[in-house]
Amino acid sequence: MAAADMAKKLSAFIAVLAILFASGAHALVLPEDRADVMYHAYDGGGVTVDGPSVLVRKGYKEKVSAYANYYQDMVSSASIDVLTSGSKYSEERTEYSVGMDYLADRALISLGYTNSSESDYEAKTVSFGISQDFFGDMTTLALGYSRGDDEVLKNQDDGASLKMGDAQRQRYSLGLSQILTRSWIVSLSAETVVDDGFLRNPYRQIRYLPQPGEGDIAFAEEAYPETRNSDAFAIRTMYYLPYRASLRLEARKFSDSWGIKAENYEIRYTHSVRSRMIFEIKARTYSQTQADFYQDLFPYENAFEFMGRDKELSTYNVSSFGLGLTYEFGYKLPFAKKHSASFYWDFMRFDYENFRNALLSREADGLPAEYRIGEEPTYAFEANVIRLFYTVNY
Amino acid sequence: MRLICIVLLALAGGGCSSLQPWVKPYERGQLADPIMAFDRDPVATKYLMHVYEAREAARGAEGGAGGGCGCG
Repeated sequence: MAAADMAKKLSAFIAVLAILFASGAHALVLPEDRADVMYHAYDGGGVTVDGPSVLVRKGYKEKVSAYANYYQDMVSSASIDVLTSGSKYSEERTEYSVGMDYLADRALISLGYTNSSESDYEAKTVSFGISQDFFGDMTTLALGYSRGDDEVLKNQDDGASLKMGDAQRQRYSLGLSQILTRSWIVSLSAETVVDDGFLRNPYRQIRYLPQPGEGDIAFAEEAYPETRNSDAFAIRTMYYLPYRASLRLEARKFSDSWGIKAENYEIRYTHSVRSRMIFEIKARTYSQTQADFYQDLFPYENAFEFMGRDKELSTYNVSSFGLGLTYEFGYKLPFAKKHSASFYWDFMRFDYENFRNALLSREADGLPAEYRIGEEPTYAFEANVIRLFYTVNY
Repeated sequence: MRLICIVLLALAGGGCSSLQPWVKPYERGQLADPIMAFDRDPVATKYLMHVYEAREAARGAEGGAGGGCGCG
Protein backbone atom coordinates (compact mmCIF):
# COMPACT_ATOMS: atom_id res chain seq x y z
CA MET A 1 0.00 0.00 0.00
CA ALA A 2 2.81 2.38 0.97
CA ALA A 3 4.71 1.44 -2.19
CA ALA A 4 1.65 2.11 -4.34
CA ASP A 5 1.15 5.48 -2.64
CA MET A 6 4.75 6.36 -3.25
CA ALA A 7 4.59 5.34 -6.91
CA LYS A 8 1.55 7.59 -7.27
CA LYS A 9 3.38 10.52 -5.62
CA LEU A 10 6.45 9.97 -7.79
CA SER A 11 4.48 9.83 -11.02
CA ALA A 12 2.77 13.10 -10.01
CA PHE A 13 6.21 14.72 -9.41
CA ILE A 14 7.47 13.50 -12.77
CA ALA A 15 4.38 14.82 -14.56
CA VAL A 16 4.85 18.22 -12.91
CA LEU A 17 8.54 18.22 -13.83
CA ALA A 18 7.78 17.38 -17.45
CA ILE A 19 5.39 20.33 -17.68
CA LEU A 20 7.85 22.69 -16.04
CA PHE A 21 10.90 21.62 -18.01
CA ALA A 22 8.94 22.00 -21.24
CA SER A 23 7.86 25.53 -20.34
CA GLY A 24 11.20 27.22 -20.93
CA ALA A 25 14.27 26.94 -18.80
CA HIS A 26 17.20 28.94 -17.51
CA ALA A 27 20.50 27.43 -16.58
CA LEU A 28 21.43 27.08 -12.95
CA VAL A 29 24.90 27.84 -11.69
CA LEU A 30 27.26 25.31 -10.15
CA PRO A 31 28.10 25.48 -6.43
CA GLU A 32 31.08 27.73 -5.67
CA ASP A 33 34.63 26.37 -5.42
CA ARG A 34 35.66 26.13 -1.79
CA ALA A 35 37.51 24.08 0.79
CA ASP A 36 36.47 23.72 4.44
CA VAL A 37 38.38 22.19 7.32
CA MET A 38 36.19 21.71 10.38
CA TYR A 39 36.52 20.47 13.93
CA HIS A 40 33.22 19.29 15.37
CA ALA A 41 32.31 18.25 18.90
CA TYR A 42 29.19 17.03 20.69
CA ASP A 43 29.20 16.64 24.46
CA GLY A 44 26.13 15.67 26.45
CA GLY A 45 24.38 12.88 28.35
CA GLY A 46 27.67 11.07 29.00
CA VAL A 47 28.50 10.95 25.28
CA THR A 48 31.41 12.76 23.65
CA VAL A 49 31.73 12.73 19.86
CA ASP A 50 34.34 14.80 18.09
CA GLY A 51 36.54 14.77 15.04
CA PRO A 52 37.46 16.48 11.78
CA SER A 53 35.60 17.03 8.53
CA VAL A 54 37.28 18.20 5.33
CA LEU A 55 35.29 19.21 2.26
CA VAL A 56 36.87 20.23 -1.05
CA ARG A 57 34.88 21.31 -4.09
CA LYS A 58 36.26 22.31 -7.50
CA GLY A 59 34.53 23.17 -10.75
CA TYR A 60 35.70 22.64 -14.32
CA LYS A 61 34.74 24.85 -17.28
CA GLU A 62 31.50 25.93 -15.59
CA LYS A 63 30.04 22.58 -16.58
CA VAL A 64 31.08 20.19 -13.86
CA SER A 65 31.79 20.59 -10.16
CA ALA A 66 33.17 17.71 -8.12
CA TYR A 67 33.56 17.37 -4.36
CA ALA A 68 35.10 15.05 -1.81
CA ASN A 69 34.40 14.97 1.91
CA TYR A 70 36.32 13.15 4.65
CA TYR A 71 34.55 12.99 8.00
CA GLN A 72 35.38 11.26 11.27
CA ASP A 73 33.54 10.71 14.55
CA MET A 74 35.47 9.67 17.63
CA VAL A 75 32.89 8.45 20.12
CA SER A 76 33.31 7.91 23.84
CA SER A 77 30.03 6.77 25.32
CA ALA A 78 28.86 6.36 28.88
CA SER A 79 25.27 7.28 28.02
CA ILE A 80 22.35 6.24 30.17
CA ASP A 81 21.55 3.44 27.67
CA VAL A 82 25.06 2.10 27.96
CA LEU A 83 25.21 2.39 31.75
CA THR A 84 21.80 0.75 32.20
CA SER A 85 22.63 -2.46 30.36
CA GLY A 86 26.31 -2.48 29.45
CA SER A 87 29.60 -0.75 30.01
CA LYS A 88 31.08 2.39 28.49
CA TYR A 89 32.87 2.12 25.17
CA SER A 90 34.95 4.00 22.62
CA GLU A 91 34.33 3.83 18.89
CA GLU A 92 35.39 5.47 15.63
CA ARG A 93 33.35 6.11 12.53
CA THR A 94 34.92 7.21 9.26
CA GLU A 95 32.94 8.51 6.33
CA TYR A 96 34.05 9.30 2.78
CA SER A 97 31.79 11.05 0.28
CA VAL A 98 32.43 11.92 -3.34
CA GLY A 99 30.08 13.45 -5.86
CA MET A 100 29.64 15.73 -8.79
CA ASP A 101 27.20 18.21 -10.23
CA TYR A 102 26.78 18.46 -13.97
CA LEU A 103 25.22 21.45 -15.62
CA ALA A 104 23.27 19.99 -18.51
CA ASP A 105 21.48 22.13 -21.02
CA ARG A 106 18.43 22.72 -18.87
CA ALA A 107 19.17 21.23 -15.49
CA LEU A 108 21.72 20.64 -12.77
CA ILE A 109 22.24 16.92 -12.28
CA SER A 110 23.88 15.69 -9.07
CA LEU A 111 25.38 12.31 -8.25
CA GLY A 112 26.87 11.25 -4.93
CA TYR A 113 28.34 8.27 -3.13
CA THR A 114 29.03 7.92 0.61
CA ASN A 115 30.75 5.15 2.50
CA SER A 116 30.55 5.06 6.29
CA SER A 117 32.52 2.53 8.27
CA GLU A 118 32.80 1.56 11.93
CA SER A 119 33.66 -1.68 13.66
CA ASP A 120 30.02 -2.82 13.87
CA TYR A 121 28.25 -0.86 11.11
CA GLU A 122 28.92 -0.45 7.39
CA ALA A 123 26.82 1.85 5.23
CA LYS A 124 26.99 2.66 1.52
CA THR A 125 24.71 5.28 0.00
CA VAL A 126 24.24 6.44 -3.59
CA SER A 127 22.24 9.54 -4.39
CA PHE A 128 20.85 11.21 -7.48
CA GLY A 129 19.31 14.65 -7.82
CA ILE A 130 18.07 16.98 -10.50
CA SER A 131 17.18 20.63 -10.11
CA GLN A 132 15.92 23.28 -12.44
CA ASP A 133 15.31 27.03 -12.42
CA PHE A 134 12.35 28.33 -14.34
CA PHE A 135 9.85 31.19 -14.44
CA GLY A 136 12.52 33.83 -14.99
CA ASP A 137 14.80 32.06 -12.47
CA MET A 138 12.36 32.89 -9.70
CA THR A 139 11.50 29.26 -9.00
CA THR A 140 13.81 26.31 -8.38
CA LEU A 141 12.55 22.77 -8.31
CA ALA A 142 14.69 19.88 -7.03
CA LEU A 143 13.96 16.17 -7.08
CA GLY A 144 16.15 13.66 -5.27
CA TYR A 145 16.51 9.96 -4.65
CA SER A 146 19.01 8.07 -2.54
CA ARG A 147 19.47 4.47 -1.58
CA GLY A 148 21.52 3.18 1.31
CA ASP A 149 22.61 -0.37 2.00
CA ASP A 150 23.71 -1.00 5.57
CA GLU A 151 25.27 -4.01 7.27
CA VAL A 152 24.66 -4.28 11.03
CA LEU A 153 27.15 -6.18 13.19
CA LYS A 154 27.53 -6.77 16.91
CA ASN A 155 30.95 -6.78 18.54
CA GLN A 156 31.50 -9.76 20.83
CA ASP A 157 33.47 -9.89 24.06
CA ASP A 158 36.17 -11.98 22.35
CA GLY A 159 36.79 -9.24 19.76
CA ALA A 160 34.90 -10.91 16.90
CA SER A 161 31.95 -9.23 15.13
CA LEU A 162 28.70 -11.10 14.60
CA LYS A 163 26.53 -10.10 11.65
CA MET A 164 23.01 -9.23 12.83
CA GLY A 165 21.37 -8.29 9.53
CA ASP A 166 21.09 -5.83 6.65
CA ALA A 167 19.05 -2.67 6.27
CA GLN A 168 18.03 -0.86 3.11
CA ARG A 169 17.10 2.82 3.21
CA GLN A 170 15.48 4.76 0.37
CA ARG A 171 14.70 8.47 0.29
CA TYR A 172 12.51 10.38 -2.16
CA SER A 173 12.66 14.15 -1.92
CA LEU A 174 11.07 17.14 -3.57
CA GLY A 175 12.09 20.74 -2.99
CA LEU A 176 10.71 23.98 -4.33
CA SER A 177 12.15 27.41 -3.64
CA GLN A 178 10.39 30.54 -4.77
CA ILE A 179 11.49 34.17 -4.86
CA LEU A 180 8.49 36.18 -3.66
CA THR A 181 9.91 39.71 -3.65
CA ARG A 182 13.37 41.27 -4.04
CA SER A 183 13.93 40.63 -0.31
CA TRP A 184 11.83 37.55 0.46
CA ILE A 185 12.29 33.88 -0.49
CA VAL A 186 10.41 30.74 0.57
CA SER A 187 11.28 27.07 0.23
CA LEU A 188 9.07 23.98 0.55
CA SER A 189 10.46 20.47 1.08
CA ALA A 190 8.86 17.05 1.19
CA GLU A 191 10.61 13.76 1.78
CA THR A 192 9.51 10.16 2.09
CA VAL A 193 11.90 7.65 3.66
CA VAL A 194 11.43 3.89 3.43
CA ASP A 195 13.54 1.59 5.62
CA ASP A 196 13.60 -2.20 5.39
CA GLY A 197 15.53 -4.79 7.35
CA PHE A 198 17.37 -4.85 10.68
CA LEU A 199 16.48 -1.46 12.17
CA ARG A 200 17.28 -1.71 15.87
CA ASN A 201 20.48 -1.20 17.79
CA PRO A 202 21.79 -4.69 18.61
CA TYR A 203 23.14 -3.59 22.01
CA ARG A 204 20.13 -1.78 23.43
CA GLN A 205 17.81 -3.66 25.75
CA ILE A 206 14.31 -3.33 27.15
CA ARG A 207 13.67 -3.85 30.85
CA TYR A 208 10.77 -5.87 32.24
CA LEU A 209 9.45 -7.17 35.53
CA PRO A 210 10.47 -10.82 35.99
CA GLN A 211 8.50 -13.60 37.69
CA PRO A 212 8.41 -13.46 41.51
CA GLY A 213 11.62 -14.86 42.95
CA GLU A 214 13.69 -14.07 39.84
CA GLY A 215 14.94 -10.69 40.99
CA ASP A 216 13.60 -7.12 40.77
CA ILE A 217 14.30 -6.38 37.12
CA ALA A 218 15.32 -8.26 33.97
CA PHE A 219 16.59 -7.23 30.54
CA ALA A 220 15.99 -8.57 27.03
CA GLU A 221 16.85 -7.60 23.47
CA GLU A 222 14.59 -5.12 21.72
CA ALA A 223 12.22 -6.35 18.98
CA TYR A 224 11.49 -3.88 16.15
CA PRO A 225 9.34 -4.10 13.01
CA GLU A 226 11.36 -4.72 9.84
CA THR A 227 9.91 -1.76 7.95
CA ARG A 228 9.59 1.91 8.72
CA ASN A 229 8.07 4.50 6.36
CA SER A 230 8.04 8.20 7.13
CA ASP A 231 6.93 11.48 5.58
CA ALA A 232 8.30 14.91 6.42
CA PHE A 233 7.22 18.32 5.15
CA ALA A 234 9.00 21.58 5.79
CA ILE A 235 8.63 25.23 4.98
CA ARG A 236 11.51 27.67 5.32
CA THR A 237 11.48 31.34 4.58
CA MET A 238 14.04 34.14 4.66
CA TYR A 239 13.51 37.86 4.68
CA TYR A 240 16.09 40.61 4.15
CA LEU A 241 15.53 43.26 6.79
CA PRO A 242 15.70 47.02 6.08
CA TYR A 243 19.39 46.96 7.14
CA ARG A 244 22.00 44.26 6.31
CA ALA A 245 20.49 41.43 8.30
CA SER A 246 18.12 38.56 7.61
CA LEU A 247 15.46 36.58 9.41
CA ARG A 248 14.99 32.86 8.74
CA LEU A 249 11.98 30.85 9.90
CA GLU A 250 11.51 27.11 9.64
CA ALA A 251 8.68 24.70 10.44
CA ARG A 252 8.72 20.95 9.84
CA LYS A 253 6.19 18.19 10.47
CA PHE A 254 6.98 14.49 10.54
CA SER A 255 5.06 11.24 10.93
CA ASP A 256 6.00 7.60 10.49
CA SER A 257 4.51 4.11 10.39
CA TRP A 258 5.71 3.43 13.95
CA GLY A 259 3.25 6.01 15.29
CA ILE A 260 5.77 8.80 15.92
CA LYS A 261 4.65 12.33 15.17
CA ALA A 262 7.12 15.18 15.44
CA GLU A 263 7.43 18.84 14.67
CA ASN A 264 10.14 21.44 14.94
CA TYR A 265 10.31 25.22 14.62
CA GLU A 266 13.33 27.47 14.30
CA ILE A 267 13.96 31.19 14.16
CA ARG A 268 17.36 32.49 13.10
CA TYR A 269 18.65 36.05 12.88
CA THR A 270 21.78 36.78 10.81
CA HIS A 271 23.48 40.14 11.04
CA SER A 272 26.41 41.56 9.13
CA VAL A 273 28.90 43.56 11.18
CA ARG A 274 31.34 45.94 9.45
CA SER A 275 31.20 43.93 6.18
CA ARG A 276 33.77 41.34 7.36
CA MET A 277 31.79 39.68 10.12
CA ILE A 278 28.54 37.76 10.11
CA PHE A 279 26.85 37.12 13.44
CA GLU A 280 24.04 34.61 13.89
CA ILE A 281 21.65 33.80 16.73
CA LYS A 282 18.92 31.15 16.69
CA ALA A 283 16.39 29.30 18.79
CA ARG A 284 14.85 25.93 17.94
CA THR A 285 12.26 23.67 19.48
CA TYR A 286 11.54 20.02 18.66
CA SER A 287 8.89 17.71 20.08
CA GLN A 288 7.75 14.19 19.31
CA THR A 289 5.29 11.56 20.48
CA GLN A 290 6.33 7.99 21.24
CA ALA A 291 6.43 4.95 18.93
CA ASP A 292 3.51 2.53 19.37
CA PHE A 293 5.80 -0.19 20.70
CA TYR A 294 7.82 1.95 23.12
CA GLN A 295 7.58 1.38 26.87
CA ASP A 296 9.92 2.38 29.65
CA LEU A 297 9.12 -0.77 31.66
CA PHE A 298 7.44 -3.84 30.15
CA PRO A 299 5.11 -5.80 32.45
CA TYR A 300 6.61 -9.25 31.81
CA GLU A 301 8.92 -11.17 29.48
CA ASN A 302 7.87 -11.26 25.78
CA ALA A 303 4.87 -9.06 26.57
CA PHE A 304 4.45 -7.89 22.96
CA GLU A 305 5.58 -8.78 19.46
CA PHE A 306 7.46 -5.46 19.14
CA MET A 307 9.19 -3.82 22.08
CA GLY A 308 11.59 -0.90 22.24
CA ARG A 309 13.14 1.20 24.99
CA ASP A 310 15.19 3.58 22.88
CA LYS A 311 14.76 7.04 24.40
CA GLU A 312 14.61 8.43 20.84
CA LEU A 313 11.32 6.47 20.47
CA SER A 314 9.77 7.98 23.61
CA THR A 315 7.76 11.19 24.03
CA TYR A 316 10.10 14.15 24.57
CA ASN A 317 11.07 17.63 23.53
CA VAL A 318 14.30 19.40 22.74
CA SER A 319 15.02 23.10 23.15
CA SER A 320 18.08 24.60 21.47
CA PHE A 321 19.81 27.91 21.38
CA GLY A 322 22.71 28.76 19.07
CA LEU A 323 25.26 31.45 18.33
CA GLY A 324 27.58 31.73 15.34
CA LEU A 325 30.27 34.06 14.07
CA THR A 326 32.06 34.15 10.71
CA TYR A 327 35.04 36.42 10.17
CA GLU A 328 36.46 37.09 6.71
CA PHE A 329 40.21 37.76 6.81
CA GLY A 330 41.43 41.03 5.35
CA TYR A 331 44.77 39.81 3.95
CA LYS A 332 44.68 38.06 0.58
CA LEU A 333 45.93 34.59 -0.21
CA PRO A 334 47.53 34.36 -3.71
CA PHE A 335 45.24 31.55 -4.91
CA ALA A 336 42.02 32.50 -3.11
CA LYS A 337 39.19 34.96 -3.62
CA LYS A 338 38.59 35.10 0.12
CA HIS A 339 39.07 33.07 3.28
CA SER A 340 37.28 33.04 6.59
CA ALA A 341 36.99 31.37 9.98
CA SER A 342 33.69 30.42 11.62
CA PHE A 343 32.63 29.33 15.08
CA TYR A 344 29.19 27.99 15.97
CA TRP A 345 27.98 26.92 19.40
CA ASP A 346 24.64 25.19 20.00
CA PHE A 347 23.19 24.38 23.38
CA MET A 348 20.50 21.67 23.50
CA ARG A 349 18.29 20.53 26.36
CA PHE A 350 16.47 17.17 26.12
CA ASP A 351 13.44 16.57 28.38
CA TYR A 352 11.92 13.08 28.29
CA GLU A 353 8.31 12.56 29.36
CA ASN A 354 8.21 8.78 29.68
CA PHE A 355 11.81 7.60 29.67
CA ARG A 356 12.86 7.11 33.27
CA ASN A 357 16.34 7.24 34.75
CA ALA A 358 16.69 3.52 35.48
CA LEU A 359 20.03 4.07 37.25
CA LEU A 360 18.18 5.61 40.21
CA SER A 361 16.36 2.38 41.12
CA ARG A 362 19.62 0.48 41.56
CA GLU A 363 21.70 -0.08 44.62
CA ALA A 364 24.93 1.86 44.34
CA ASP A 365 28.05 1.53 46.49
CA GLY A 366 26.15 -0.59 48.98
CA LEU A 367 23.49 2.09 49.50
CA PRO A 368 19.84 1.22 48.86
CA ALA A 369 18.18 2.48 45.68
CA GLU A 370 16.69 5.98 45.82
CA TYR A 371 13.53 5.04 43.92
CA ARG A 372 11.39 1.98 43.24
CA ILE A 373 11.46 0.45 39.77
CA GLY A 374 9.06 2.25 37.45
CA GLU A 375 8.87 5.28 39.77
CA GLU A 376 12.20 6.91 38.93
CA PRO A 377 12.22 10.55 37.78
CA THR A 378 12.10 11.03 34.02
CA TYR A 379 15.42 11.58 32.31
CA ALA A 380 16.81 14.90 31.07
CA PHE A 381 20.19 16.07 29.88
CA GLU A 382 21.96 18.99 28.25
CA ALA A 383 24.40 18.97 25.35
CA ASN A 384 26.86 21.40 23.79
CA VAL A 385 27.64 21.24 20.07
CA ILE A 386 30.68 23.03 18.61
CA ARG A 387 31.57 23.66 14.97
CA LEU A 388 34.85 25.44 14.29
CA PHE A 389 36.00 25.73 10.68
CA TYR A 390 38.23 27.52 8.22
CA THR A 391 37.01 28.16 4.67
CA VAL A 392 38.90 29.13 1.53
CA ASN A 393 36.95 30.25 -1.55
CA TYR A 394 38.97 30.09 -4.76
CA MET B 1 2.16 17.25 -1.30
CA ARG B 2 -1.04 17.96 -3.28
CA LEU B 3 -0.69 21.66 -2.46
CA ILE B 4 2.85 21.73 -3.84
CA CYS B 5 1.69 20.13 -7.09
CA ILE B 6 -1.15 22.64 -7.45
CA VAL B 7 1.20 25.57 -6.85
CA LEU B 8 3.68 24.19 -9.39
CA LEU B 9 1.02 23.60 -11.99
CA ALA B 10 -0.39 27.09 -11.42
CA LEU B 11 3.08 28.61 -11.89
CA ALA B 12 3.81 26.48 -14.94
CA GLY B 13 0.47 27.36 -16.47
CA GLY B 14 1.05 30.99 -15.58
CA GLY B 15 4.23 31.00 -17.65
CA CYS B 16 2.11 30.63 -20.77
CA SER B 17 -0.32 33.43 -19.96
CA SER B 18 -0.08 36.93 -18.54
CA LEU B 19 1.79 36.02 -15.31
CA GLN B 20 5.34 37.25 -15.78
CA PRO B 21 8.37 37.01 -13.46
CA TRP B 22 8.07 40.10 -11.27
CA VAL B 23 11.54 40.15 -9.66
CA LYS B 24 14.06 40.89 -12.42
CA PRO B 25 17.64 39.55 -12.27
CA TYR B 26 19.02 43.05 -11.59
CA GLU B 27 16.71 43.36 -8.57
CA ARG B 28 18.23 40.38 -6.73
CA GLY B 29 21.17 42.00 -4.98
CA GLN B 30 19.73 41.39 -1.52
CA LEU B 31 18.78 37.80 -2.34
CA ALA B 32 22.36 37.12 -3.52
CA ASP B 33 23.87 38.37 -0.25
CA PRO B 34 25.48 35.48 1.70
CA ILE B 35 23.32 36.33 4.74
CA MET B 36 20.29 35.30 2.63
CA ALA B 37 21.56 31.75 1.90
CA PHE B 38 19.33 29.14 3.52
CA ASP B 39 22.51 27.30 4.50
CA ARG B 40 25.76 29.21 4.02
CA ASP B 41 28.22 26.48 4.93
CA PRO B 42 27.43 22.94 3.67
CA VAL B 43 30.01 21.19 5.84
CA ALA B 44 28.62 22.79 9.00
CA THR B 45 24.98 22.26 8.06
CA LYS B 46 25.55 18.60 7.26
CA TYR B 47 27.09 18.07 10.70
CA LEU B 48 24.20 19.69 12.57
CA MET B 49 21.68 17.65 10.53
CA HIS B 50 23.64 14.56 11.58
CA VAL B 51 23.38 15.59 15.25
CA TYR B 52 19.61 16.12 14.94
CA GLU B 53 19.07 12.84 13.13
CA ALA B 54 21.08 10.91 15.73
CA ARG B 55 19.17 12.42 18.68
CA GLU B 56 15.66 12.85 17.24
CA ALA B 57 13.36 10.32 15.57
CA ALA B 58 12.29 12.68 12.76
CA ARG B 59 14.20 12.53 9.49
CA GLY B 60 13.76 13.97 6.01
CA ALA B 61 12.97 17.38 4.50
CA GLU B 62 16.04 18.93 6.12
CA GLY B 63 16.41 21.34 3.23
CA GLY B 64 18.77 21.58 0.30
CA ALA B 65 16.24 22.56 -2.37
CA GLY B 66 17.98 24.11 -5.32
CA GLY B 67 21.00 22.13 -6.26
CA GLY B 68 22.35 19.87 -3.54
CA CYS B 69 24.42 20.97 -0.62
CA GLY B 70 27.65 19.60 -2.06
CA CYS B 71 28.29 17.55 1.01
CA GLY B 72 27.11 14.12 0.01
